[in-house]
Order: sequence, then structure tokens, then C-alpha cells
Amino acid sequence: MLNGLQFGVMLFLMSAGLTLVFGVMGLINLAHGSLYMIGAFAAAAVAAATGSFVLALMASLAAAALAGALIELTIIRRLYDRDHLDQVLATFALILIFSEGTRWMFGSFPLFLDVPPMLAGPVTLPGGIEYPAYRLSIIVIGLLVAVGMFALINRTRVGIRIRAGEADREMIAALGVDIAKLYTFVFALGAALAGFAGALVGAIQSVQVGMGEPVLILAFVVIVIGGIGSIKGAFVGALLVGITDTMGRFLLPQIFALFLEPSAAVSVGSALASMLIYILMAGVLVFRPRGLYGVA
Amino acid sequence: MKLRSAALAAAMALAGATAQADVKVGMITTLSGGGAGLGIDVRDGFMLAVKQAGRDDLEVVIEDDQRKPDIAVQLADKMIQSEKVDVLTGIIWSNLAMAVVPAATAQGKFYLSPNAGPSPLAGKGCHPNYFNVAWQNDNLHEAAGAYANDSGLKNSFILAPNYPAGKDALTGYKRFFEGELAGELYTKLGQTDYAAEIAQIRASGADSVYFFLPGGMGISFLKQYAASGVDLPLVGPAFSFDQGILQAVGDAAMGVKNTSQWNKDIDNATNAAFVETFQAEYGRQPSLYASQGFDTANLLISAMGKADVADADAFRAALKAAEFDSVRGDFAFGDNHHPVQNIYVREVIKEGDVYTNKIIATGLTNHADAYAADCKM
Repeated sequence: MLNGLQFGVMLFLMSAGLTLVFGVMGLINLAHGSLYMIGAFAAAAVAAATGSFVLALMASLAAAALAGALIELTIIRRLYDRDHLDQVLATFALILIFSEGTRWMFGSFPLFLDVPPMLAGPVTLPGGIEYPAYRLSIIVIGLLVAVGMFALINRTRVGIRIRAGEADREMIAALGVDIAKLYTFVFALGAALAGFAGALVGAIQSVQVGMGEPVLILAFVVIVIGGIGSIKGAFVGALLVGITDTMGRFLLPQIFALFLEPSAAVSVGSALASMLIYILMAGVLVFRPRGLYGVA
Repeated sequence: MKLRSAALAAAMALAGATAQADVKVGMITTLSGGGAGLGIDVRDGFMLAVKQAGRDDLEVVIEDDQRKPDIAVQLADKMIQSEKVDVLTGIIWSNLAMAVVPAATAQGKFYLSPNAGPSPLAGKGCHPNYFNVAWQNDNLHEAAGAYANDSGLKNSFILAPNYPAGKDALTGYKRFFEGELAGELYTKLGQTDYAAEIAQIRASGADSVYFFLPGGMGISFLKQYAASGVDLPLVGPAFSFDQGILQAVGDAAMGVKNTSQWNKDIDNATNAAFVETFQAEYGRQPSLYASQGFDTANLLISAMGKADVADADAFRAALKAAEFDSVRGDFAFGDNHHPVQNIYVREVIKEGDVYTNKIIATGLTNHADAYAADCKM
């Protein structure tokens, strides 16, 4: 259950940026997974150079935000008025460029980020459950970011503008808001969150070229479930997907083991478990075609 | 003038003769992603032997399959049809081998496996042109099962990726392990998060964990296992504790027992020279994958010395004879073209700053695989 929560929180970091960009700017950004990868690589490089995990995390934020702002200014900006097919093509090209670029700089062998010693090892939670301290801190950080995002969107002036941009692009431009600057900011923010997620996850898994794409697919599932453009939707969707996936992988093989032989149960169970989140998505879409918190 | 044209004709005839005897090798291996370490080691071991042989009638074409079966099949088609290779080699992963090898051998090409040894290709699906220089997949796991019995383990939790070699791995372990199974789990190939699996291990009440997770998967698993606070003893094949994995995992792997057909302390002159020259050439210690690549190239070179690759029957017989100096000591093929060899038990130790393995016992002696009887050729 905690694992599901941790996975969900990580997915939230990833999909919050994606849903903002998609909702506010109407842009399908396939290169979001590359930003996740950039964050992880930046963190791995800085951690190797300085040995400090905190610096590595800051580097991941900065590098991904910088890369995000850069591609927004040079490429993405030209895509807002095009249709979705052009956007998909252009951002897919970005994936290839970033992947090959990273491979060229860092090589194709996976890098490994170490968990900071302070957080290595397990902690005992109330109820006697042992749980890795690092994963617990990911949950806490993710929840803090979620709270921060809510506050940003709902309580600040920038948030008001973002929401306004979502509702009516022309109108806020007419009211004198510099929409281009706003878009760059939103895009960089989304990129920074993705990069941050990459760095956090890089420490428990491996940092390698192409690590972003599987997560990107899940992030799209999350924002479709949650409703496009809704931070709240992304949060609820991410937790739903994270918990469904983890619990499914854990419980389904056991359920099948009750009436099948072990190896068959495992293969049927894991096959079904990997379908589970898509079934969840289909189910949600049947009842709420615009997602849980989508605006009709 | 006459002399010149005669010289030209002679030169052309010579060129023709060497062109005929040239051997072109297509190497399809994994050079990117989480499985890259294995492919790079096989390639480097192979190329080291090629370089040492110094033959200019041997050409190697290397391509990256990205651990994707569809790409491996495309590469194999390209190599066979447009590059006109004589011999294919290099594949790391059994699912890719199953996609490529039967088609390639059916087209009359030789395939020398430096790693993958899926059970169908050792049994009913064996082929005269298919030689496995590494092992049949089950072998190392069988030795691990035998070792687990010897060390008094009674209740193992076993896990492996869900692909042909993963199934062979657990089958091999179960064939020799006499205790109970606390749980049996297949994970996704290339999976990087093992939190759910580790939770199951914790809940299972096992007395040991046997896992087969090669490459990046093993690194992720070991790091997460160390952080989880579960402290059951680990047992694995060498793939879970090879040279690349150990450096990334560090202390978490110290003292773990694992099984291998090779280690750098096997005492023979070829092996000592291999370990030394590999270190000098690439600046790192060789892994078992590198040793397999090295043996594969030397097997090929030994056959080239005896027969022309155009004469398939003679070339096949030369490969089968396997008269080359293996880093494993004596090397012999069984009737199904898979090695019959010793499998050793190793322990993870630290030498200076480098984590490595040392042999502590011989697990199985002159061990052949369980499928040889099904092979009719």
C-alpha cells in the first residue's frame, strides 16, 4: 500500500507538469519523459561530482527547468497554433534528440545514484511495519509539492493567470498579461517537476537513456483519468494508478494461485496486473468521459 | 607489359582466393539500456580475442539490438541478406535468441551463442549449426540449487524475469533444490522497481532468496533489497553478481554466494593472460560475459584454422571439436552442441577498492544439461 502511494506520488510529480502544459497551452508534449531523464542525469552527474544529494536534487530542478524553458522558447512556441499531429511529431523528434544527446554525453551504460546515507535503511512505522526511509521521504516530498502546487494555482496571482489562460487564451492576452512569458514559465515549471521526479526515482532505480518513456505513458493515463488540465485530477489519478498497479501486481497472482498452479497463476496474474491500469482508465472514461475532474 | 598483366592477374587471383576464405561475423548484441553492460562485455571479450589473433581474413560487423526482439530480427535479416555474413553471434537475451537463431540456422548460417542458452534450442529445437559456447540456461541455476541443499537452506523464495531464460532459471533451481518454495515470482523483463516483490518476500516466511536478475535489474533489486531491511541470505547465479553489478551495488553484495562456470581465479595460463590483457586493454576487470565472448571468438578462430567456412560440414566438425584454449580450462561440447563443464560456487569479496568474486568450491563437475536427450540431429 505504501509502495503504491510512493509510486503514485512520483507519478503525480510527472503528470502535474504534463497536465498543466496540456490543459493551459493545449499542447501534447511527448518530450516530457526526456525532461524526466534530463533531471535524473543532471542529478547523477552532480552527485558524482560533489557527493551531495541535496545539490544533486537542486541541479535536477535547474537543469530540467532550463531545458524546458529552452525548448519552449525555440521550438514549442511555434507549435501552439498547429494541430496535435504536428505537436506529437515535433515533440517525438525531441525525444530522439534528447535520448541520443544523452547517450552521446553519458554513454549508454546506466548510471547509479546513491541514496543519501541519512535516508538509507529502513524505518519502523507505527504498527511495526518496516519501510525504507528514502521511499517514505519521497512520499512526504511529493505531498509537499502537491500542497505547494494547489497553493500556487489557487492562491497566487500567477495561479490566477494560469487558470485564466486555461479558460480563455485571447481574453487574458487582451487584458495585458504577457501570455508568452506565462507559457514559458508554466512549461519550465512542468519540466522542473518532471526532472525532480527523475532525480528522486533515479536514486532507487537506475538512471539510463530511455527511462522516461514508460513513465510518460503512465503519466498520460494519469491525466486522462484525472481530467486534462486539473492538478487535483492529476493528484487523485496518480494515486489511483499507483495504488492499482502496485496492489494489482501484489494481489492478483495470489488470487489466481488459489485455483491455478503457481507458474500459471503467476503468468496470468501478472499479465492481468499490467492491464489493470488501462482497464481502470477505460472504466473511468465510461462513466466520466472527461476524466474525474475534467471540465465539461 | 606482359609481366605487369601477369602480376595483376596473380594479384587478382590472390585477392579472389582470400575473399573466398574470409569469414564475416555479424554480432547482434545489447549495447544500450539496462542490459548494455552484458553486451559491451561480450563485445569487448570477443574483440580482444580477434585483435590478439591478428587475422585479416576475419571481419566483424557489430550492431545494437536494444534488447528488442523485433530489432534483433531486423538486424539479423540485414546481416544475412545484405552484409552476407557467414556466422552470427552476440545475442545476450534468450527471448531475442529464440526470435533470431532458428531462422538464421535454417538459412544455413552458423550461430555461436556467447550467452543465451534457452532450453528449446538445447532440446527438441537443436540445430547442427547452432553452438552454445556459454551454457544452457538452466546450468548455473542447477548448481545454485545443489549449493542451497548443501548449505542447509530449506525454504527459498525464488524470482526471475518473465522471459525464456527466467523460466529456465527457476526450472533449473527447482530441478536440484530439495527444500520447499516459500514463493515463486516472475517479474517484468527490464523492471526497475522491486518494492512489491520485496514486500512479498518479507511476508513469505522464507529462509533464503534465490534471484536471477541480470544487468541493471540486479542492481536495482540489490540496492532496494539492502534498503528494505529484509536480511534473508541471498543466493544467485553469477549473472546477479557479475563484475558490473558488484561495482554499482557495493557493500550490499559482500559475502553472497553465487554460481558460475568461470571466474578470474580459475588456474590456467589462458585465463591468467586473458584477465591481464583485458584489464590492460579496457581498464576494468573482465566479467563472465567477457570471458564468454573471448571463448566464442577463440572457438571461431580455431575452426577457421582447420576448415573453410564455405565447406559447412568441415567447418561444423571443426567447431564441434572445439580445439582451442578456453579460459575455463578444458572445453568440450556435448552432443547437442552445448558445453559440458564444471560449475563453481563463488563468494563476493573485496580486493582493494574493487568488488569481485573468488571460487570457494566446485558445485557440479562435468555437468551437461537436462535437455540433451531430446536433441536429435
